[in-house]
Parts: sequence; structure tokens; C-alpha cells
Amino acid sequence: MPVTDVRRKTQLFAIISVLSNVAGNSALTHGMTQLGQVGNTPLDLILALFHPWVALGVGGLIVWTFAHMALLSWADLSYVMPVTAIGYVVTAFAGKFFLGETVSPMRWVGIVLITAGVTLVGRTAPASSTLDGNPHE
Amino acid sequence: MKWLLVGLCVTSTVVGDVFRSLGMRHHGAINDFRPGALGSAMGAIARNWMVIVSTCAMAVSFFSFMKLVSIVPMSFAVPVSAITFIPETLLAKFLLKEQVDWRRWIGIGLILAGVIFISQ
Repeated sequence: MPVTDVRRKTQLFAIISVLSNVAGNSALTHGMTQLGQVGNTPLDLILALFHPWVALGVGGLIVWTFAHMALLSWADLSYVMPVTAIGYVVTAFAGKFFLGETVSPMRWVGIVLITAGVTLVGRTAPASSTLDGNPHE
Repeated sequence: MKWLLVGLCVTSTVVGDVFRSLGMRHHGAINDFRPGALGSAMGAIARNWMVIVSTCAMAVSFFSFMKLVSIVPMSFAVPVSAITFIPETLLAKFLLKEQVDWRRWIGIGLILAGVIFISQ
């Protein structure tokens, strides 16, 4: 069934995009840290892909790529880019809950500022105009 | 070396995002999420030269950021790479002809300030 409710599908794909990006980058970083020093030859990099965390990370980034592309097929870049910046906040909370990192007062200020910025941009229409002057939908 | 990598990372991210937006807009809004329709959309997207340019630029952006974080602390790499928000918004307005109203500009300003704080 075609999905034409722009705001709802934008919210859904923005959530998928942010979560897959944060999960993908975190898994990739964790995997690369476990592997330690990886050589620079293509073979070394290909072998690294078989590490479970690295594979999971790359999988997450593939999901992110498709979700981000779908989003940009109907929504403005100047909407998608700031709205998905909520990923910085998700990363900070993931660090707090999964890695037991402490969130300093400075970082709380950052979390509040980013959330305010994302909320403000989120109130604008996701799709304004296209190059041919017609709205996306 | 540090600033060369910052320049490479920022430029490739901007090129990647702008060309991805151009390519996907050229393709048109994806509304049908049934597997068959998604498959044919993916086939068309994979042959779109703007999407191909974008994917190559994203790969450069990914590896240059990885290299950057290996030589500088995250507290520098993360906020400095968020500078892409400014050229991307300007290109969205003047090249992609998007309506960037005051809420988007203020929102992006708040996010940039927030990224500096959250990275410390």
C-alpha cells in the first residue's frame, strides 16, 4: 500500500536512520577496538569484516544508507540533516546506559541545546520545494 | 595533516549529502514499500550517476573521519566535522532551492552549539 502521509513516514524513517546509524557506528567502533591494530592492505580490511561486531556495524550502516536515501527522496536536506542530529543525543545516552559513562554538566547543556534545535526544525514542513518548483508530494 | 583530513572529511560529506539529495529527488519520492517495488526502485537508484557520486563521496568521508579520529581526540573531531551543517544548509537553500526559514537556521545554530558542548 502506498504511504503518502509525509510527516508520519518522515518520522518513521528518521527514527530508523538515527538508530541504525548510532548502532552501526557503535558496533563498528567496538569491533575495531577488539581487533586492535588492523593492517592497511585491502585483505586486512576484508578480513576485519568477518569479525561479528564489525559485520554488525557494517550491517547497521547499510540500513542507515537505505533509510537516509529514502528520506531524501521526499524530504528536504535542510530538514533531514538537522533532525537526524538527535543521533548525538542518542549516542550520549547509549554511552550512559550501556557503557556506564557519566554525563557531565557540559554534556547535559549540549543535550538540551541539540534537542531544542531538533525540535525547532522538526516543526517545519519536511518537504518545501523541488528544483522544478513543485512540492515533493 | 590534521587540517587536511578535516577539509577532506567536510568536503566529502557535503558532496555526499548534496548529491544524495539531488539523486533521490531526481528519482522521486519512494511511497511503495512492497518488496517488488522497492527492488525496482533500488535498481533505478543504483544506475543514478548522482547517487553513485554520493556513495563514493560518503566512502571518502567515512574513511577520512576514521583516520581523523585516530590522530585527534573525539572532542575535536566530532564538533569540527559538524561544520558541514553550514555549507549544506547554504547549498540546500541556493542549489536545491529549499525553503530554509528562520526556524531551520536557529535550529541548526542550537545544534552546532550543542555539538560543541556534548563533545567535551
